[in-house]
Amino acid sequence: MRHFFRRKSSCQVAKDRLKILLISDRVNCSPEIMEQIKLDIAKVISKYMKIDADNMEIQINAKGNKSGRGGKMPSLYANIPIVDVTGQDLAFKQ
Amino acid sequence: MEKQFSPEKKNSQVIVVTSGKGGVGKTTTTANVGTGLAKLGKKVCLIDTDIGLRNLDVVMGLENRIVYNLVDVVEGNCRVKQALIRDKRHPGLYLMPSAQTRDKSSVSPGQMVKVIEHLKEQFDYIILDCPAGIEQGFQNAIAGADRALVVTTPEVSAIRDADRIIGLLEANGFKQMDLIINRLRMDMVRRGDMMSAQDVVDILAIPLIGIVPDDESVVVATNQGEPLVGSSSPAGQAYANVVLRVEGKEVPYLNFDKGISFWTRVTGIFHKA
Repeated sequence: MRHFFRRKSSCQVAKDRLKILLISDRVNCSPEIMEQIKLDIAKVISKYMKIDADNMEIQINAKGNKSGRGGKMPSLYANIPIVDVTGQDLAFKQ
Repeated sequence: MEKQFSPEKKNSQVIVVTSGKGGVGKTTTTANVGTGLAKLGKKVCLIDTDIGLRNLDVVMGLENRIVYNLVDVVEGNCRVKQALIRDKRHPGLYLMPSAQTRDKSSVSPGQMVKVIEHLKEQFDYIILDCPAGIEQGFQNAIAGADRALVVTTPEVSAIRDADRIIGLLEANGFKQMDLIINRLRMDMVRRGDMMSAQDVVDILAIPLIGIVPDDESVVVATNQGEPLVGSSSPAGQAYANVVLRVEGKEVPYLNFDKGISFWTRVTGIFHKA
């Protein structure tokens, strides 16, 4: 019984999987392009602070505002670990 | 080409029944919606656009009466009227069968539009049974249509494909797309093991036009080649309501929970645990 209550229903699992699946389907963005976007973002941010480009991740999800069909507008989400915040003068050097 | 029936221009609707994924019930839906509209006294032409894998003739029980088919019409081997099979059980219901021994490239979207334009003069409804997939067969089926019924089942794969199809229909300028959720099992929804109709509508975000429960009588009806629309079975009633909604009438949704006894509910609780 306890085991049952803890487990997510398969319906919920299906909904969660579909949400992610349909966003990538609708955006129609290839992994190569995503990688290119990631590299370009890293390049720009590196101008201003020291980041850990190897551990940064980007993804497209539905956190944005309402759009026509499918409820939410997809948005680009980037997680960029900063190694050194104090290196502000880095910007002036480049 | 000559006009067979009424000389005045009809205000006809051309509806494509599509889904992306195969096996979700496009052909069953086409047969039942078409038959249902004919039962309401409409002049209906069903067109099987699945060239190479024709099924609609079998589901309608008209497979023994095929002489000419869609490809013959397109290639000019016969007149449009010669390829139309009249369903003797329902006045006003006709079927244009597909070719079994040809492939999708035998017909082009432009040729489909021409055939449909000709049929529009004689019919209130032209319903196209679309093949699975998004290739040429799909392009042919949607070319002459101005309205779509998107069929899906409450499964991840079918919903994903339906979403893709809706995107393609939008890109092709479709303004009216309605969703039919097929093979819903209320017992599984209650257990949390199947997405509910509301879940599917939330995900696909197009107007709902019908919920058809999973029903054994659909198999029986297909065995017999007689669409079950209007019968007392749950699916027969659900399809009858779809037909009325296609006609623009507002019909409340059926409650498929009715047949479930108190005892089943109680034992159901224990099954869950």
